[in-house]
Amino acid sequence: MDVTIHCAVNGKSHAVTTDDKRPLLDVLREDLHLTGTRYGCGEGQCGACSVLVDGKRVFSCNTPAARMDGKQITTIEGLAKGETLHPVQQAFLEEGAFQCAYCTSGMIMAAAALLNEKPNPTDADIRAGMNGNICRCCTYVRIENAVRRAAKTATAANAGGR
Amino acid sequence: MEATITKTIIPSDITRRGFVKLLGAGLLIAVSDGATFGQARPRRGGGGRTAKPVAIAARVHIARDGTITVMTGKVECGQGARAELTQAAAEELRVPADQIHLIMADTSLVPDDGLTAGSGTTPRTVPSVRQGAAAARAALIAIAAQKWGVAPDQLDARDGKVTQASPKREITYGELAGDEEAAKEFAKDTPKNVTLTPVSEWKVLGTPLPRPQGRDLVTGGHAYPSDITRPGMLYGKVLRPIAYGAKLTSIDLGPAKAMKDVTAVQDGEFVGVAAPTSFLAEQALEAIAKTAQWERPTDAPSSKQLFEYLKQHARDLPKNTFAAADPSKSLKATYNVAYIQHAPLEPRTAVAAWDGDKLTVWHGTQNPFGVRSELMRALGLAADAVRMIVPDFGGGFGGKHTGEAAVEAARLAKAAGRPVSLRWTRKEEFTWAYFRPAGVIEIEASLDPAGKLATWHHVNINSGPQAMETPYRTPQEHSQFVQSKPPLRHGSYRALASTANTFAREVAIDELAVMAGADPFAFRLAHLQDERLKGVLEAAAKRFDWAGRSARKDPKTGVGLACGTEKGGFIATCAEVRVDDDGIAVTHVAGAFDCGKVLNPGNLLNQIQGAIIMGMGAALREEMVFQNGVIRNGSFGEYRPPRFADVPTLDVELVDRPDHNSAGAGESPIMAIAPAIANAVFRATGERVREMPIKLKGKSPQARSSTP
Repeated sequence: MDVTIHCAVNGKSHAVTTDDKRPLLDVLREDLHLTGTRYGCGEGQCGACSVLVDGKRVFSCNTPAARMDGKQITTIEGLAKGETLHPVQQAFLEEGAFQCAYCTSGMIMAAAALLNEKPNPTDADIRAGMNGNICRCCTYVRIENAVRRAAKTATAANAGGR
Repeated sequence: MEATITKTIIPSDITRRGFVKLLGAGLLIAVSDGATFGQARPRRGGGGRTAKPVAIAARVHIARDGTITVMTGKVECGQGARAELTQAAAEELRVPADQIHLIMADTSLVPDDGLTAGSGTTPRTVPSVRQGAAAARAALIAIAAQKWGVAPDQLDARDGKVTQASPKREITYGELAGDEEAAKEFAKDTPKNVTLTPVSEWKVLGTPLPRPQGRDLVTGGHAYPSDITRPGMLYGKVLRPIAYGAKLTSIDLGPAKAMKDVTAVQDGEFVGVAAPTSFLAEQALEAIAKTAQWERPTDAPSSKQLFEYLKQHARDLPKNTFAAADPSKSLKATYNVAYIQHAPLEPRTAVAAWDGDKLTVWHGTQNPFGVRSELMRALGLAADAVRMIVPDFGGGFGGKHTGEAAVEAARLAKAAGRPVSLRWTRKEEFTWAYFRPAGVIEIEASLDPAGKLATWHHVNINSGPQAMETPYRTPQEHSQFVQSKPPLRHGSYRALASTANTFAREVAIDELAVMAGADPFAFRLAHLQDERLKGVLEAAAKRFDWAGRSARKDPKTGVGLACGTEKGGFIATCAEVRVDDDGIAVTHVAGAFDCGKVLNPGNLLNQIQGAIIMGMGAALREEMVFQNGVIRNGSFGEYRPPRFADVPTLDVELVDRPDHNSAGAGESPIMAIAPAIANAVFRATGERVREMPIKLKGKSPQARSSTP
């Protein structure tokens, strides 16, 4: 059954009419052409499809788009401010925290959500917060380094009054 | 510069001549109609050995504006070929790496560099690209020399210019590329004897160049095969059998055809649908799947009988004819290795678009020219009617050598009369992609009275012969691979059977060391013959503090080590584990790896760390469970790859050996972690582990505790 929902994606308002069982991932990729959010498993086990909904991480592959009415959605395409990368994106780039990088969008969104909640995470917080995401190339050491680096730069930027 | 490069878009529908035009009326004109673009026959083997020499222009293009484009048939799927081949070209053209625009794996534009597999890019394609680029540099010098009427040895080429010291003058690569002589020089075959830059003078090779176009990877901007869209594109789904070997006897396409905008097609056993959304395609497929009738095979295998089955069907098992020197010091043991799946995070995906009788397919495969041949055979097309484009894709690990998704997408697109994107589901990927072979390895060995290895007999059933020869000095030894009847479809996997053979051998050596009353490190060192293998073993043991850690007396903790060599790479790995009521946790790992001269230390470290952690998955948890021909754990919920919580403290030493040629490093670092863990588990528990994944009585592997 088709439903129409109103939501904001990366700050832009959308009215989307779609089957009520269709996953948010498909709507983002196929209707809104935001292909940076990726399919990995279809059941919320790998995190490749992670997006932020009202600032919290959501697996878009097993979340019906119909539940997004009135929500603020951020995808990997909406994380940078113009040409300035989000601190997590910048940290992943500087650490080279990827191999094939297919998981990277989801990793970055998960890390952004983690830092929203815990700006100064411990190593245990990072592991717990990121454990829902799989990197099959197993670039985990560098990803952990990137999350630590992002936390440091974000904290430093905040301390500088920005 | 990087921004310029990333925004260079090669339209999919251009002809070879169009490509020449797009790059700027440069050097390719003279050869664009000749046999220089991917004309060599497709072949297997992962090499860079094209059947005939490649024209310089097929490898390097220099536009009038100075833009340098380099072409290779290799693919990028995370292993770092894009950076490494960019470095190779930049080094020999004597320009910064960001001046090189590398086109990879577009069969209409690039030479056939073979399959991207078998650690072949570093030893074979890097030299090919260096030769092409060095020949281009020599050609530019020759053109300038002719222009100025001086001897070539008076001139130097670097930073995009050919210069003469006296009289002082210079001309850019771009200006030379516009010279009519340039077309002639670049049309020549790359000479075999071209002089390459010696290691001591390297400026770009040997440095940690990051992945080119990294910004696109962190912004979601890179288009993976599953992100490619074409105007009017539909999404496809294909009907899969209900079990291995099940035959379709009837199906009614009616329910799908009744759906608006849905195309359904049947051609023998091939049944698929295409629809404007993935969701609709899934619904259409479900609707017709309900009507399908199947004939189940009667002898479908199950994982419970797997190892017995492989042994029963082994062909010509050799007998051990060596007499044990001392029967009380002999070992006879069997080591089992389960089927596992590559499970790349991007499932195999293809987008197919027809233009009349011509077909273009975007597909994540390690075998672009091979899959082009597959498409030609399946669809009855000539080579020039098929164009395969391989965007940098989401993981391979040896699992993407075949083109099933490409053929399926092409058939659906033909039926629908529109482009079709076909992305396998995770379940399809777990079930219908080929597996890493399972294996049974039987080892018989004995010691002499002095506690030295006397006899060694190693037989690998089904999984393969790689890294099977023992590196340990043994007076009588025999190693042999015998085939069996594999119950599942198997194929390549990162490092092939070297993981299985190294697991069996390194656990057996550990057992023999115990029998000899020797320290496992000292026992290995006393028998190793290869100086490089000894070197990494010593380096890893030092890094790990083998002596210190193995002297500790915590009853729940154990240490183990293992080493091996394959494809020119030498790896040693030490592991510490903690085994308690919750299971096995790997807490600390140290490794050392030597692959000759290091080309890119940053990428190399990334590969080694990734390989070791990936190897932990197969050591501790990964295993296909199947029953009556049906895969029972085809999801990331049930099949558990390594996650953050599993990652130990990981300490890796890169052993740089400029005195040796560079070997590939994407595979061999995976080999030694599983036996190191197994040997550590024995030290911790006294229970000998002879199976991958490791199973302890009544215990399962646990995630490493995040808090101490």
